[in-house]
Amino acid sequence: MAAASTRYILICSGKGGVGKTTLTANLGIALAKQGAKTAVLDADFGLRNLDLLLGLENRIVYTAQEVLAGSCRLEQALVKHKQEPNLALLPAGNPRMLEWLTPEDMGKIATMLGESFDYVLIDAPAGIEGGFKNAMAAAKEAIVVTTPEVSAVRDADRVIGLLNTEGVKPIQLVLNRVRPKMMANQEMLAVSDVTDILALPLLGLVLEDEQVIVSTNRGEPLTLNGTKSPAALAYTNVAKRLLGEEVPLIDPSKERQGLRAKLGRLMQTKIF
Amino acid sequence: MTLRDAINKLLGRQPASANTAKQRLQLVLAHDRSDLNPELLQQMRREILEVVSRYVEIDLEEVDMSLETEDRVTALVANLPIKRARAIPIVAPEASDEPTSFTAKISSTTSI
Repeated sequence: MAAASTRYILICSGKGGVGKTTLTANLGIALAKQGAKTAVLDADFGLRNLDLLLGLENRIVYTAQEVLAGSCRLEQALVKHKQEPNLALLPAGNPRMLEWLTPEDMGKIATMLGESFDYVLIDAPAGIEGGFKNAMAAAKEAIVVTTPEVSAVRDADRVIGLLNTEGVKPIQLVLNRVRPKMMANQEMLAVSDVTDILALPLLGLVLEDEQVIVSTNRGEPLTLNGTKSPAALAYTNVAKRLLGEEVPLIDPSKERQGLRAKLGRLMQTKIF
Repeated sequence: MTLRDAINKLLGRQPASANTAKQRLQLVLAHDRSDLNPELLQQMRREILEVVSRYVEIDLEEVDMSLETEDRVTALVANLPIKRARAIPIVAPEASDEPTSFTAKISSTTSI
């Protein structure tokens, strides 16, 4: 468990509501299931939600705030997941922390976590201001989450610019909420459009999946119970790829069967 | 153009929106990434034209300058059709802080 090999991964998007926290929760569980000791750090101090998606909201006693103030030990603040003991959450403190928290503080917290975890996932806040910069200071590499929509891609691009400036690398892309039918009808940016524009390697492709909402209602990430839903599979595959396993990406156009899908593919033929 | 685009066109329908989205994104990102406001861009364009005009005569009607972006590298792409080279290049003047008067100077030499 040498601290040197710990991976500090920022999960960010720029735009809000594209699935950062959902990815952090699911990836955390999936990595833990694969045997990696994983800590998830909620760096969204203003609007924390990671505790809720993990179903740990009632078990928080201390937060990152008390750890930094020295009024509790790190182990006391960490909330261990009952079903998946390889996973622990370090909850975000009071929103007032934003007034005094510095990038150095975040770096300190991450280093402390690195002493006992293989993976430290940092759930960044939306935006590109102070809160995001604090979160970025704790990371060595990043996963940018985006959806195939112009606003999300534009905001992702801004974030990638900042990550490049800070020397955070590698930066990998997770394309979330993909709708194969709309892509087939060319009413949604194609996967290759997004990867070309952002010039990032694709770490994962997650189909739009109603089960995500069901799982957040329950506070049980999809990757926890081995459901076979498309999003659960995609998140687990992201974890496997992070761990170095070669898992092929799904092809959205192959996700649809039948005559209509065939027709859709025919319609995408370039004629000139 | 894809088969769908062709059929849409034939039926007088709007083209599928994914391509529009891509084009709009590429344009807006080229500007976001360069971090230049339109006014500065205009000024740069003017000054580039001045410098080039000292050496060659440019077809000002056909000048095309735009920001393009590929693989996260933003490039200023300029297409400046040359009418002819100047026999005697105009040496850079001291008063480069006064671009408008310089432009006037170029046009006066052109007419010779």
